[in-house]
Amino acid sequence: MSVYGPVVKIHPVVLASIGDSYERRNEGASRVIGTLLGTIDKHSVEVTNCFSVPHNESEDEVAVDMEFAKNMYELHKRVSPSEVIIGWYATGFDITEHSVLIHEYYSREATNPIHLTVDTALQSGKMNIRAYVSAQMGVPGKTVGVMFTPLSVRYVYYDTERIGVDLLQRTRVTPSRTKGLTSDLSQVASSASRVQDMLATVLSYIEDVLSGKVTADNSVGRFLMDLVNKVPTISAEDFETMLNSNINDLLMVTYLSNLTQAQIALNEKLRLRPTHYTAIHIYHC
Amino acid sequence: MASRKESGSTLSAGMSSSGGTLDSPVKQIQIEGLVVLKIIKHYQEEGQGSEVVQGVLLGLVVEDRLEITNCFPFPQHTEDDADFDEVQYQMEMMRSLRHVNIDHLHVGWYQSTYYGSFVSRALLDSQFSYQHAIEESVVLIYDPIKTAQGSLSLKAYRLTPKLMEICKEKDFTPEGLKKANIGFEHMFEEVPIVIKNSHLISVLMWELEDKSTVADKHELLNLSSSNHLEKSLQLLMDRVDDMSQDIVKYNTYSRNLSKQQQQKHQYLQRRQQENAQRQSRGEPPLPEEDITKMFKPPQPPPRMDTLLIAGQINNYCQNVKEFTSQTLGKLFMAEALQGHNN
Repeated sequence: MSVYGPVVKIHPVVLASIGDSYERRNEGASRVIGTLLGTIDKHSVEVTNCFSVPHNESEDEVAVDMEFAKNMYELHKRVSPSEVIIGWYATGFDITEHSVLIHEYYSREATNPIHLTVDTALQSGKMNIRAYVSAQMGVPGKTVGVMFTPLSVRYVYYDTERIGVDLLQRTRVTPSRTKGLTSDLSQVASSASRVQDMLATVLSYIEDVLSGKVTADNSVGRFLMDLVNKVPTISAEDFETMLNSNINDLLMVTYLSNLTQAQIALNEKLRLRPTHYTAIHIYHC
Repeated sequence: MASRKESGSTLSAGMSSSGGTLDSPVKQIQIEGLVVLKIIKHYQEEGQGSEVVQGVLLGLVVEDRLEITNCFPFPQHTEDDADFDEVQYQMEMMRSLRHVNIDHLHVGWYQSTYYGSFVSRALLDSQFSYQHAIEESVVLIYDPIKTAQGSLSLKAYRLTPKLMEICKEKDFTPEGLKKANIGFEHMFEEVPIVIKNSHLISVLMWELEDKSTVADKHELLNLSSSNHLEKSLQLLMDRVDDMSQDIVKYNTYSRNLSKQQQQKHQYLQRRQQENAQRQSRGEPPLPEEDITKMFKPPQPPPRMDTLLIAGQINNYCQNVKEFTSQTLGKLFMAEALQGHNN
């Protein structure tokens, strides 16, 4: 039985999915559980997908729909054959006795499953997202128990995911929590303004250091040096030629595409005129 | 949540939608963050190069908004996949999702695209069958390459009512298309998209931002453009070639047609003359022959492909123009930075 290194990498889509299933839970259910899918490699576990599993929980018993879980896993496997069951999740803050039972079931499906808890009720004022792995404890032969050891959780993104998440972050700001998709130059403008903000933060830090309010930190100083050196020093004429040739390319392409569009529009107009000469000559005999 | 109108229909069963469908088309699309993330993930993991990945959108129609609340991906086409397998997969997926209270109503489908090339016969057919069964359905086009360049590129399209009419009648001859007076700009209509997150998801996002490192790649401000331009122009050139071939075909057809008309007239004229001569000589006139059987009119080429190609070219041009305007802006910024240095 392999023991994982203490890092669990989670993709944002998993969290969003868990949150969504919690919102859609049945009446009377206080928490939702589900299966985690992902990939395992030598040092860490990467959780890339999940789906919720219906279950019933009461004071003294718990019932999980195993058929459903198996079915869903098969369906998911058809789309992404590389994902395997690596554990399960539950919303809620604590680990209950029922969790132990469920964890046992999942041990049959995967070696050493991960248990993830997402505190959707925000009991401690924050949303605690924790991962655990079970370990045997106690005296063998007499009282044996199961201990859940915590693992550290990290969030990883694909590049495109990062961009998607950035967009979603911006929905937090508006009161109606909605955000349209911008296009064209406005995107470049917003990106530039963000860089400007970052530069402003750096500048204020430098001012503080210079005026003695904050002690200078060497490593930060080295980063600043890198930053300033990033702007390449090229002679003015070289830069002019490079800039002009680039701009010329772009303008040419714009001209060509406009020309093409005019061409097809013209073609359209011609097509809508009579196709062939349908009027029969009236000739006298 | 606001009162919902349900349009209960499933595409695969082919049933017509029962009660509650709206007469007015959809004016806006509201997508949940979860759907965006799922689509991104699906392409990232399963789509390589120029293959398209597809999936189904689930949601509800609320007033004049189409709310997309969940989605699931389709497996890739392999050689040993029969067609009914897909339908079965879909039905099973929807049944299972219903158990966990996820909206199980089809409202459309999504597809990834390679540099913006998605206007094809296949897309038209699929969207037509979707829209025929479910009036409000849309197709979401996700452009992963544009997204990787810095900003999420997700567009929603529907077929215009005019195009629906034409597809219904399957009349793709030149006369048919002219009757409908349709141009390539009127094939698809784009529906504006809005992204909405629930409060819980917003908390999750906050937690994510808290715990993750600052993004160190700002792709949007990247200055390199030649690679992207090259590929786009290559695709554009291919399409324009297709278009010119199509035009040549059409021209030959119309030339043949007019030539044939001329021959017809000449023949008729000769006939008349001969008949006049015979009458003057007192002989019975020659019988009128069936002209249409002698001069069979050539087959008119289908014009739908031309329309599609024109639409695709238009799309490419729009994308190229957007890209160049962004790059020009970035170049001017770089110039300002450099000028400041000197």
